[in-house]
Amino acid sequence: MYVAVKGGEKAIDAAHRLLGEERRGNPEIPEITTTQIGEQLTLAVDRVMTEGSLYDRELAAVAIKQARGDLIEAIFLIRASRTTLPRYGYSTPIETSDMLIRRRISAAFKDMPGGQILGPTFDYTHRLLEFEASETPAAPVETGPADLDRTMPRVLDLIGAEGLIEAASSTSGEPGDLTREPLAFPADRDLRLQSLVRGDEGFLLALGYSTQRGYGRSHPFAGEIRYGEVSVSFTPEELGFEIEIGAIDITECEMINQFKGSAGVPPQFTRGYGLSFGQCERKAMSMALVDRALRVRELDEEQTAPAQDEEFVLSHADNVQATGFVEHLKLPHYVDFQAELELLRRLRREVQGLDQEAAE
Amino acid sequence: MTTGYNFAYLNEQTKRMIRRALLKAVAIPGYQVPFASREMPMPYGWGTGGVQVTASILTPQDTLKVIDQGADDTTNAVSIRKFFVRTAGVATTEETEKASIIQTRHRVPEAALREDQILVYQVPIPEPLRFLEPRETETRKMHALEEYGIMHVKLYEDIARHGHIATAYAYPAKVNGRYVFDPSPIPKFDNPKLDDCAALQLFGAGREKRIYAVPPYTKVRSLDFEDHPFSVQKWEEPCALCGSTTTYLDEIILDDKGKRMFVCSDTDHCRKSQEKAA
Repeated sequence: MYVAVKGGEKAIDAAHRLLGEERRGNPEIPEITTTQIGEQLTLAVDRVMTEGSLYDRELAAVAIKQARGDLIEAIFLIRASRTTLPRYGYSTPIETSDMLIRRRISAAFKDMPGGQILGPTFDYTHRLLEFEASETPAAPVETGPADLDRTMPRVLDLIGAEGLIEAASSTSGEPGDLTREPLAFPADRDLRLQSLVRGDEGFLLALGYSTQRGYGRSHPFAGEIRYGEVSVSFTPEELGFEIEIGAIDITECEMINQFKGSAGVPPQFTRGYGLSFGQCERKAMSMALVDRALRVRELDEEQTAPAQDEEFVLSHADNVQATGFVEHLKLPHYVDFQAELELLRRLRREVQGLDQEAAE
Repeated sequence: MTTGYNFAYLNEQTKRMIRRALLKAVAIPGYQVPFASREMPMPYGWGTGGVQVTASILTPQDTLKVIDQGADDTTNAVSIRKFFVRTAGVATTEETEKASIIQTRHRVPEAALREDQILVYQVPIPEPLRFLEPRETETRKMHALEEYGIMHVKLYEDIARHGHIATAYAYPAKVNGRYVFDPSPIPKFDNPKLDDCAALQLFGAGREKRIYAVPPYTKVRSLDFEDHPFSVQKWEEPCALCGSTTTYLDEIILDDKGKRMFVCSDTDHCRKSQEKAA
């Protein structure tokens, strides 16, 4: 007699052993180390930290290795680990104008105080495969005469002084925390930004792109993109004063968007904001476009495009949630499928019965 | 048992937060209580809501049963059972009668449940109105105003188009005469078991961050019309293993010539019936 699928437990164990074997690959090839990943696949590490919402290069490298290079799987590993960590409190806001700059560009001005600093970028490379890429550079790169130590004013503050752009919004009160309170709609900008920063890069890229193609157009200029190191401070309750606890690399993007005015207020440019850990520049730019698009309510604009629809965007931006629900279709559904089969057979029988009656 | 994690994985603050949501859910039967769902070490869609609910109510004295599609031996049920053995070290069972907590996906056990048992459902989409109105802001308003007209219109349109209500699983029902709720994707065959059930029934949706409940002995009425009363699935043949004619059956395809057999989806109940007959 046929017995319905048995031995699930054994099968799972065997599948996990096979996964371990596949992950290792040919044992004659040296095993990749997490230090190598951390040093040489830095942008993968940056993305895993950003969307995993945890700044820890070593853990992100471990996750990438364990996930066989599947970054969404690595992000999931980081999130599942992050959620078990004790929470001591919240840092004081980081000050990005005090950033130790490694890259800083503006597409809005040819030059400005502090200058254009290209830094490490793919932007002007020819995308030709370097078949014989040298593993080690011959000599350290000369970074030129730029004095990177000086503070660089934010580009948007320069035009802000003239009143040409709206003030950066500062909502009073504590920002929300969507990892501690479920997201409710309508969501304010603090929660929207928090949701976007951990949102999927590909999803935000496509949405940001859609605004450029006319679905919620906002005439963006890359006012400033800066990448570098900022210090993080924390005020322990028992001490009562701020102490510096470390430094992180971040990318910040400030978009200048189409202006707006009314009978009472002279026209001003508006803002879109993007932020990421590490050098996730594409992510920070996409986020800034989507942030601006989502400000329709606040700026009293007409909502016409998907990127402007906050329930649509925020409910679907998280790739750990999305991949879980899409991939859960692999789980058995035969009880529900049987229910559908039974219904469909009954409906078809009735229709065929009616056809026969009509034919007679 | 794995050390380094708290009993049943979640830390005590998280459990307390979930228990608060559970108490609210029991106090307002069928109402979807938002809760700060955590990332779990299994993917969303794999039962993270049910796992969080079970983890929050589990005590070291409990005996846990986990089923998926009615069976204890399906891959997901095995994985979740192992998770609790590993993180909580609780006793497990495949026998419905011996379990104090039963976590389920897509089925309600065939055996009647008792007052000292809790049934935890894994829920993918908690909102019964979601496929009629995708916006949460709108559906919350509809629940608040008890405005369920669109659901009745949908059921009516089914009848007009197909001659039947074309919902075979996740069949909407009204709890305690107030909230329309989604009993999770159980076949509508199981809906009558929810009504006036002796056990506490808890529903957890992790990805959607909602918890709801049906307290013991609460009225659960599946939506229908006077001239189209609610009815459940029937099979023309009995279970090929135990001969039952009153249980939910799975169809198993035996060859490529259309030969098939039907067997109980509740494997524990089927085994018990076979033992009784022997």
